[in-house]
Amino acid sequence: MIVTPQKARFTQPLKLKSGAVLPEFEIAYETYGELNAARSNAVLVCHALNASHHVAGTYANDLENIGWWDNMVGPGKPLDTNKFFVIGNNYIGSCFGSTGPVSTNPATGKPWGADFPVVTVEDWVAAQACLADHLGIERFAAVMGGSLGAMQALQWALSYPARVRNSIVIAATPRLSAQNIAFNEVARQAIMTDPDFHGGHYYDKGVVPRRGLRIARMIGHITYLSDDAMMEKFGRVLRRVTPGFDFDVDFEIESYLRHQGDKFSNYFDANTYLRITKALDYYDPAADYGGDLSLAFARAQADFLVVSFTSDWRFSSARSRDIVRALLDNRRVVSYLEINAPQGHDAFLLDDPRYFGALRAYFGNIAL
Amino acid sequence: MTEAETIARWIKPGARVLDLGCGDGALLKHLWQTRQAPGYGVEIDDAKVVECIRNDVNVLQLDLEDGLAAFADSSFDYVILSETLQAIHKQEPLMQEMLRVGREAIVSFPNFGFWKARIQIAFAGHMPVSKELPYQWYDTPNVHHCTLIDFEALCARLRLRILERVVLRDGNPVSLLPNLLGSLAIYRVSA
Repeated sequence: MIVTPQKARFTQPLKLKSGAVLPEFEIAYETYGELNAARSNAVLVCHALNASHHVAGTYANDLENIGWWDNMVGPGKPLDTNKFFVIGNNYIGSCFGSTGPVSTNPATGKPWGADFPVVTVEDWVAAQACLADHLGIERFAAVMGGSLGAMQALQWALSYPARVRNSIVIAATPRLSAQNIAFNEVARQAIMTDPDFHGGHYYDKGVVPRRGLRIARMIGHITYLSDDAMMEKFGRVLRRVTPGFDFDVDFEIESYLRHQGDKFSNYFDANTYLRITKALDYYDPAADYGGDLSLAFARAQADFLVVSFTSDWRFSSARSRDIVRALLDNRRVVSYLEINAPQGHDAFLLDDPRYFGALRAYFGNIAL
Repeated sequence: MTEAETIARWIKPGARVLDLGCGDGALLKHLWQTRQAPGYGVEIDDAKVVECIRNDVNVLQLDLEDGLAAFADSSFDYVILSETLQAIHKQEPLMQEMLRVGREAIVSFPNFGFWKARIQIAFAGHMPVSKELPYQWYDTPNVHHCTLIDFEALCARLRLRILERVVLRDGNPVSLLPNLLGSLAIYRVSA
């Protein structure tokens, strides 16, 4: 499946949750399949921390560049593009095409950099609603995401209850724990204390806070895998024949983390990373309801599919059960899968037959 | 008359139903089609959970042994435990949880006092294996078998009221000597 990324430009200002206003913005997106005549088969896919609008397929000029959820989305896949019109979108604040810190600030003619406002999950959903209007989609057959993407799928059901028929919420949490926030803060400190950060204004200095980004990514990767999965994958295997008794790479896991950190620091923007982790930290739909998630979900109208993975200690199954409880309290139609998978948080990207079988069956039952 | 038909007869139209150990969701689907009773199933088996979704039945993959914390007090009209009681480790707390969450509980189980089971133990000298109890003793999900008398004693102990009882054998109601001649017991109880 060859796909072409597109951009939609919006000249109306977007008022953000922080009170700041984005005077204009662009959203990068891709589509797969055909919108039907009734415009009833659209599915919005929301991405997690480091992904993009490139959900599925490849590019004609870059066949190696396969979408991040290509195993899930495509012709004959669980989210079958022969039936559905699927939209991948890139959230604002990203560094992959939608307006973000690397974009030009119309007020100065220079990159926004540190001046780009802090955006929230609610802001992303509001921007996605503009994209839906642009594409002529009044109501989505489903909004779907994993991890941070799942927060967007949840928020869609709260921000625009009448515009979502099904909300598919995978490896989610309705709010970060103190431990989750703690990991994010360590990642942010790694970036902000990098001498090349320059308070976020590093674009015109020809440097990138690469060391900070590397460490941030290394921390992230520790939380994406379970203890067991990490032990299974790397164990205590050495990279060299004997321990070096120095501080170069001894263990495979060190090599893996350094590699992931290096790779990430070559393509990801530090200002974006700071903002995404803040968006995660701030997300808490129950906050306006005295912490009562059931009250927060009272306005939801969608049907829900909630999926968690037992070895996910970043967003544990208990947090997904909190979501299920809140939905049951509101008598929403909901199914919940708690998949006994060893891989940790990253399991949501893998093609476990139970997980994919359930999603295939769920999408199969969505009448258009 | 099948178990599903018996239960459907008891369910008031439009009632809210929770089916614990719902399998592939066939009973819930039947209750929706015949009584327009919306419901949720609870099932732990991966393959059956996927079957429920395929059958368009709401299913929650939870372990009954962990209790029913996902469900609020009095949030259902009926909580059903169909042919699952014998596979539960802790019957007492589950029965109490069922009647915390539901107004009434409907419980069915294979009757271990059925004459064929008695003969297999008494004369053949081995654990019963039958249509209703197809497992070998070393390879069975069932951990706590009981008879009608045993179950009614448990209800008495928990001070539960038995509102109705139907005992079946091969789809036919059994009224004479049900603890001997019935293979499947279905009870409707309340607190």
